[in-house]
This record gives sequence, structure tokens and C-alpha cells, in this order.
Amino acid sequence: MTDKRIQQTPSSTDRPIIEIIGMHKWFGEFHVLSDINLHVLEKERIVICGPSGSGKSTLIRCINRLEEHQRGQIFVDGIELTNDIKNIEKVRAEVGMVFQHFNLFPHLTIVENLTLGPIWVRKMPKKEAEETAMMYLEKVKIAEQAKKYPGQLSGGQQQRVAIARSLCMNPRVMLFDEPTSALDPEMIKEVLDVMIDLAEEGMTMLVVSHEMGFAKRVADRVLFMDEGQIVEQNNPHDFFDNPQHERTKLFLSQIL
Amino acid sequence: MRQPNSTTTREYLKPPITEVGVLGWIRQNLFNSWFNSLVTLLALYGLYVTILPLFKWAFVDSLWFSSADACRDIDGACWSIIPANARFIFFGFFPEDQQWRPLTAMILLFALVFYTQDRRSWNRALFPIWACGLVLMGWLMHGGLGLPVVETAKWSGLPLTLMLSLFGMVSAYPLGILLALGRRSKLPAIKSLCVLYIELIRGVPLISMLFMSSIMFPLFLPEGINIDKVLRAQVAIILFTAAYIAEVVRGGLQAIPNGQYEAADSLGLNYGQAMRLIILPQSLKIVIPPSVGILISAFKDTSLVVIIALYDVLKTTKVTLSNPKWMGSSTEAYLFLAVLYFIFCYAMSSYSRKLEKTLHTGH
Ligand SMILES: Nc1ncnc2c1ncn2[C@@H]1O[C@H](COP(=O)(O)OP(=O)(O)O)[C@@H](O)[C@H]1O
Ligand SMILES: [Mg+2]
Repeated sequence: MTDKRIQQTPSSTDRPIIEIIGMHKWFGEFHVLSDINLHVLEKERIVICGPSGSGKSTLIRCINRLEEHQRGQIFVDGIELTNDIKNIEKVRAEVGMVFQHFNLFPHLTIVENLTLGPIWVRKMPKKEAEETAMMYLEKVKIAEQAKKYPGQLSGGQQQRVAIARSLCMNPRVMLFDEPTSALDPEMIKEVLDVMIDLAEEGMTMLVVSHEMGFAKRVADRVLFMDEGQIVEQNNPHDFFDNPQHERTKLFLSQIL
Repeated sequence: MRQPNSTTTREYLKPPITEVGVLGWIRQNLFNSWFNSLVTLLALYGLYVTILPLFKWAFVDSLWFSSADACRDIDGACWSIIPANARFIFFGFFPEDQQWRPLTAMILLFALVFYTQDRRSWNRALFPIWACGLVLMGWLMHGGLGLPVVETAKWSGLPLTLMLSLFGMVSAYPLGILLALGRRSKLPAIKSLCVLYIELIRGVPLISMLFMSSIMFPLFLPEGINIDKVLRAQVAIILFTAAYIAEVVRGGLQAIPNGQYEAADSLGLNYGQAMRLIILPQSLKIVIPPSVGILISAFKDTSLVVIIALYDVLKTTKVTLSNPKWMGSSTEAYLFLAVLYFIFCYAMSSYSRKLEKTLHTGH
């Protein structure tokens, strides 16, 4: 991957699309996230890294309430995440999520995987949903597989379908939880390429990833998490060349 | 298949040749040692002494369409009991001049089932088609609107068996799914209610539920209100089967990885949509084999309704046998019943295998 950075796009507005204020989360007795404060501006691209078990997945899963937080506040696009299921569904429709293990629906064809959300959540007519789906499949370069089932595709292809599935909902934010770490090395690039395209188009993205080349190229900000806290955050240049905290230095020395 | 690449020297070998054909198979598996040969010969002799007389009894020395008296003078099977009493065995106490009605209803039912078994007919039209079919069948059986009314007390024989089992299965399945979902609910009230129901029902035999429905239940009803006996038995069968279906479906729900729920949630689908579109289609497919097992035993269990004096096809056959003329042919009559039940059960289980294949999506 080249070192050339994408030209930073200034945010159209300065209103944060995600606002996390003093958020804590426990799993039973275990204090997994502690005092998280994070503002994400529209079109911002954030890469989150940190050792395994530091709470990266839990943090981004709180943003679409796959996990519930116990203290503090989370606002997505101005909507606070509470127990109100209608609000949660509204937020989830605006926030796309890509998982480590793709989580495609194995009983549906690729194109059905993509049209499901638009048809049932957005109430889009089937024909229109299929056209949108084909457009996004073209975009992730996999249109010829539309009639197949997920089980017939390679990991890299499945992950690209998963990204397209989220995009079909026309989300305001995309969350990626280690999208390439379940992939064979030769498939990582095809997925990262799709994500880079997406970043260039100005999608707001939060990416949990250890792909440092990707972080250097697209991130506006890199977050380092350890033991449930955001230890350090900075632009990628300073983050990698001049880390401030000992723990960050140690982590970077291990993965680079 | 990979083709040999001209630039490499890699050899592509044929699989080793084994003896092929029927004879090869026989030599390899049945006569490959003196001991196996001996066992094979003994087994053949065993078959010879059992199957041959049976065959002779059933097909050579037998009578198929004779009077009861003619049967006395033969050594073989007297299948004549079936055609001679077919009307009663199949339709029981349904008035003789009206028996074309249950016959038509059954043919209609088979046609509907045959139409439905094809995956291609699973569309929006299916539901109204069944609704019309059921109304039509109900009208044929019960009468009214120009047909003389036949009380349900007279419904008997094969139509009763088929009705109890078909409605039992068709209604128990959705109820079982609801119970399974309820048992996994986060709401404690719903969850414990479902657990209680499932465990209670699974703790009692069907016979006692049938007794309760026919003897105890009416005691709780106010004077003058009388719920049909067939309906009560039907409800008992539904409630009973549903509890078993629920546990099987719950197993299927547990087999679905969490990622599927999360993917459905993160698209913004609500609970009902996630279940209906993502979770249930996958889990019900997994539980096809055990579900069909339950449906088959439910089908056979409908014969227990004899104990509350309903005349299903088993009971009508027994009544025929109590006629002194035919008393001697009980073996034939029960064999006939066994074949009848087998046909339905085998159809169900082979359909389930076919369904599994059609729904397989290669993962
Ligand atoms: N559902 C859960 N129940 C209990 N503990 C959990 C659960 N999910 C994650 N954890 C724990 O929380 C910590 C953070 O997990 P996670 O957010 O997955 O870390 P990361 O993604 O940074 O590797 C880990 O110690 C993990 O064991
Ligand atoms: Mg993780």
C-alpha cells in the first residue's frame, strides 16, 4: 500500500454525527469500557487499534446498540440511544456494520441479502431495491455473483458483499469490526480497496483494524485503546511516528 | 476438474480400479472368505424358509374378492375382508348415500397436499387456495347449503384420521414456533409461562389429555354449552404436539450463530422481521428431520382417539373384525392397516428428505 494520503476533506458541518459522552460499560462485574468520550464528525474516518480484548469491538457495537451501555450518553445523528426500541431501530438503519465473519444470510442469494434491508426497513419497492443492489454489487466488483448463495463465495467476496449489503441501506456511518482479519492474505487487498474507495467518497467510517497501511492512507484520526480506555488519539502521521504513551509505543512495536 | 498443465511434469493418476458391477460387489462383500460365504448361504436359507411361505400365503393361496364363507376353505390370506367392508372401514358411520362427500373431501385434500409439496407453488396464492379448499372440505363433510347435515359424531374412518392429523400438524407447528420463541423471550412472564406449558404437557401422556378433553373439560363448561367432541380431541392433539414441536424448534433456534441475529439487528430489522426473514427460515430448515419425526408420531397417535369413542380408521377396522363372519381375518386386516399407515408415514419422511435437498444452499 502506498504512503500517499487521501486529501483530507473538510467536514461540511461541524456537528458531530456520533457523540459519546462519559460512557461506561460493564459485562456483569467486568468493567469493559471506562469513561469513553468520542466525537465523530461527518465524513471523518477513524481507525481504532489496540490489543486484543481492549474493548474495541464492544465500543463500536455500542454505537448501534448491539451492546448496551450502562452509564453516560451516546448520540447518533442527534438521536440518543436508550431502551426505546424505535430509536434503536432508527439508528441501526442509519449505521451500517461490517463484521469480522461477514454474517451474510446463508439461506438467501447475494442479491436477496442486499435487498432485504431496503425492502423491509426502508419500504423500497422490490424492483428499485434490486437495481440499487446491483449498482452496489458493481461497485464492489462482484455483480456476476448476484444469483449465488454466500456459501459459494470466497471469504474476500463475502466480505465485499457484506459491505455492499450495508451500503444498500444508504447509511450515514459505517462501522467495521476487523473486516479483514478472518481473511486469507491474498484476499485482504480486495476488501481494503473497496474500503478505500468508500473513504474517498466521503463516507463517515469507524474501522477497527490493525492494517496500518490502510490507517496511514485513509484515516483522519487513529485511536489507540487499551484496557477499555481510549489511551491516545492523533492524526496518523503523528500517531505512528511520534506516539506519546508507553503503551502505544509498545503496541506499535509489536505490530509493525 | 483440474487439467494437467503442460508446463509441469506433475502426473495425474486414475483412481485405483476395483472390481465393479453386481457380481464384483457380491464377490467382494458376500463371498470374500469361507466364513462370510457360510453366513451368506445361511442367511439365504433363512430367507427361503420365511419369505417363501409368507409370499405363498399372501399372494398364491389368497383370496381377494370373495365372500366370507369362501375364505374358510383356503390356507392363504383372506384379503376379501378389506373390499367387502371397505365402505365401513374408510367412512365408518357416515351415511352410506352420502359417502361420496368424504371421498371427494379426501381427494381434494390429497390434491391440495400434492399441489403444495412443490416448492414453486409457495407463493401468495397458496394461502387463499388452502382457505378455499378447507371451506369446501368443511362443507362437504358437514353439509348445509343444499347438502344434508352430517353431525361430527358420524364422522369416522380415514377422513377422521386424516383430519385429526392434518389439522393437528398444521396448527401445532405455528403454535410450537410461538412457544419456542416465547421460551427464549427476555420477558420473564412470557418465558416462564411457555416453560410451564411445555413441561406440563410433555409430562402427561396423550391419552390422559384426550381423557381430560372428553370427560373433565365438559364439567367446567356452563350448563347448555356443548363443545363438539371431535373438536375437543382435535384441540388436545394440537396442544400436545405443539409442546414437542416447541422443543425441537428451540433446538433449531439455538443452532443459529449470534452473528445472524446481529446482522439482522444492525440492518434495522425489527424482532418480527428478523425472526421471520432470517432466523426461522434457517432454524426450521435445520429441524426438518426431527420435526417430521414428531409429525409422524402425531399421525400414528391419532389412533388413540378410540379411547374417547371416536371411530378413526383403526377403530372402524376393529369393529369390522367383531363381526363373526370376518373374525378370522384379523391378521389380514391389521396388515392392511399397517400398509395404510406406512404409506402416509413413508410419504412424509421421503418428502422431508426431498425438502431438505431443495432448501440446501451450499454452506
Ligand atoms: N458478551 C460478553 N460477555 C462478557 N464479556 C465479554 C463479552 N464480549 C466481550 N467480552 C470481554 O470484553 C473484553 C473486550 O472485548 P472486545 O470488545 O471484543 O475486545 P477487542 O475487540 O478489543 O478484542 C474482553 O475481555 C472480552 O473477553
Ligand atoms: Mg474484537
